[in-house]
Amino acid sequence: MNARPRHLLDFDDYTPERLGAILDNADVMRAVLDRPVKKVPALQGLTVCTAFFENSTRTRTSFELAARRMSADVLSFAAGSSSVSKGESLRDTIETLTAYKVDAFIVRHHASGAAHLVAKYSGKPVINAGDGRRAHPTQALLDAYTIRRELGSLEGKNVTIIGDVRHSRVARSNAQLLPMLGANVTLCGPATLLPRDLAHLPGVKLTTNAQDAVTGADAVMALRLQGERMNGGYLGSLQEYIREYQVNDALLARASDDAIVLHPGPMNRDVEISSAAADGPRSRILQQVENGQAIRMSVLYHLLVGRA
Amino acid sequence: MLKIENVKRLGSEQLETLFVENGYIKGWNLNDTAEQTLDGRGGTVIPALIELHAHLREPGQTEKEDLASGLAAAAAGGYGTVVSMPNTSPVVDDPSIVRALIEKADGLGLARLRPAAALTKGQSGKELAELALLKDAGAVMFTDDGRTNEDARMLRLGLEYAHSLGLMVSVHAEDATLRADGVMNEGPVSEALGLPGNPAAAEAARVARDIEIAAFTGARLHVQHLSTARALDLVREAKKRGVPVTCEVCPHHLTLTDEALRSFDALYKVAPPLRTQADADALLAGLLDGTVDCLSTDHAPHTRAEKERDLLEAPFGIAYIELAFPLMVTRFADTLGVERIVNLMTSAPARLMGWDEPNLTEGAPADFTVVDLDTERVVDPSTFKSKAKHTPWAGETLRGWPTLTVVGGRVAFERA
Repeated sequence: MNARPRHLLDFDDYTPERLGAILDNADVMRAVLDRPVKKVPALQGLTVCTAFFENSTRTRTSFELAARRMSADVLSFAAGSSSVSKGESLRDTIETLTAYKVDAFIVRHHASGAAHLVAKYSGKPVINAGDGRRAHPTQALLDAYTIRRELGSLEGKNVTIIGDVRHSRVARSNAQLLPMLGANVTLCGPATLLPRDLAHLPGVKLTTNAQDAVTGADAVMALRLQGERMNGGYLGSLQEYIREYQVNDALLARASDDAIVLHPGPMNRDVEISSAAADGPRSRILQQVENGQAIRMSVLYHLLVGRA
Repeated sequence: MLKIENVKRLGSEQLETLFVENGYIKGWNLNDTAEQTLDGRGGTVIPALIELHAHLREPGQTEKEDLASGLAAAAAGGYGTVVSMPNTSPVVDDPSIVRALIEKADGLGLARLRPAAALTKGQSGKELAELALLKDAGAVMFTDDGRTNEDARMLRLGLEYAHSLGLMVSVHAEDATLRADGVMNEGPVSEALGLPGNPAAAEAARVARDIEIAAFTGARLHVQHLSTARALDLVREAKKRGVPVTCEVCPHHLTLTDEALRSFDALYKVAPPLRTQADADALLAGLLDGTVDCLSTDHAPHTRAEKERDLLEAPFGIAYIELAFPLMVTRFADTLGVERIVNLMTSAPARLMGWDEPNLTEGAPADFTVVDLDTERVVDPSTFKSKAKHTPWAGETLRGWPTLTVVGGRVAFERA
């Protein structure tokens, strides 16, 4: 295996073996979460900073719990209530936080590439918790982990991702990760929300036809449709979108018999996914949340133990 | 009298002495005495370079650049004349601003300033500026650069009016609605990076429109910083049809591609964006076949703090007027030849502007630069005269550095 990467910004520096090790390790972390005392001393003495320049409750909670369950101290920085709103530059903010002797950063930012800049300016290990449209690697890892747990393997599995692919870092990260682990990815959405150039990614197919996309799929992931897409002229109407692209039982009937349903959350119920599908027997949406904590513990362990 | 010893003429290995008097070239190898003697150190004398497209940021944004730093940077880059863009604060749309800029620049003794003025008031695209009065004040070209000319009728009127005054209109040819929020070239790289893309079609569509307007008005149109193969083809076809259109390309579009954005470094964020290698190759072919009329830099300085922002927030632009000539010589001397590069940066822009073509014979204005075509130097931004001391080429080894720039018979720059 190659040298251990210093950061998790995307999967560019990762080998399938390394990624497999992170998934394997998540099994161990899940076992920790099932114990009466859900805490291990792995990161004792280390301080992890969650630097969130964009609002997020779920991802932030998941990361902070993961860090605390590994006994790290957590410094929680939210840009909305800080000097960033007074015009401080990203560089100055990060250099200030680094001066607090933080050992690692977990970064969310509205701009693609911001996590790379934090890595450059801080010199500390950085986990990308979502940057612009680019990447959300721990979300993709927890998706991969969930599929692997539920279906036994990723090798040769057909994963269909439906919705606003254009603006989705979840879709981009999954489209990078899942083929590295042996799965086939189909990205599907209205042409205005499905950039043609994503077809250049290895192991990725594009289609605007949801029925074709779901046929034979082993996992179907619905992406959140954001209201502002309507104002941007990307769609004719919400009703039309629902008719063509909603993940519902009728559409899922085309998937393989044991296909599972995923959603990165938060959901617009009965928009991109029907309530019946979200709550039905195929749904693994809550398992994703649970697995997310295990994956984030595994990533923190992988990057920080014996290093920071 | 000033004399420069130990200099060569382009294409010659013979060391000669150039004499200058009262701002003009007195002659070569004269048997004359001089009050001041400079050692050309074996460099090659070429006419001072002419820049048709630089942002000097004065008035209003002098934290980025001002006339003193910008014109000093130009002189250090071998330029004797700079056309400054009017997208300042306030916009250069008033004759008094044009006069003030020229007066201030004249007092600096650096590169000459030839301001471009806004085509429309406030560069709003809604009302023509006082083009005749601006010309009288010293404006040499009209452009709403920094903005795109969204209103086709206004561009038509501006072209017609400017043409009647004998001046050129230059355009930032990008359809702003198609560009939308794009911060880099749209393509596989922008999608992989998750950054909003600016499609090549935004440039081609606008160039096509503007060519049609130039064709039916008969007025001279100059397309700035052309970046795509397709738009270049449109210019090529238009020239064949006899449409009065010219265009420029910038060295950064010849030497960098959208792959550079994989660094997420906003140094590479420019408008129009860095395109693909195929586009860069096409631009070079355009230089070789004469479709591209001249080289310009679009020198666009910003503060370091601004360029250290994320890619969505950082401003567009690279500042490198001090590097353009060595960059072109180092990268393209083999394909274009030094003589062609010199021509594209001296005679070609002068021809476009309707100015006398620069030369180094007796009686010509003493605007020249001595360049060292052989010695390699590492790019060290800390030595830049520009206030923008950051560049994509920091640490690169280049040759062809200007060592002495003389403007109007006065030494405007001398490299230590």
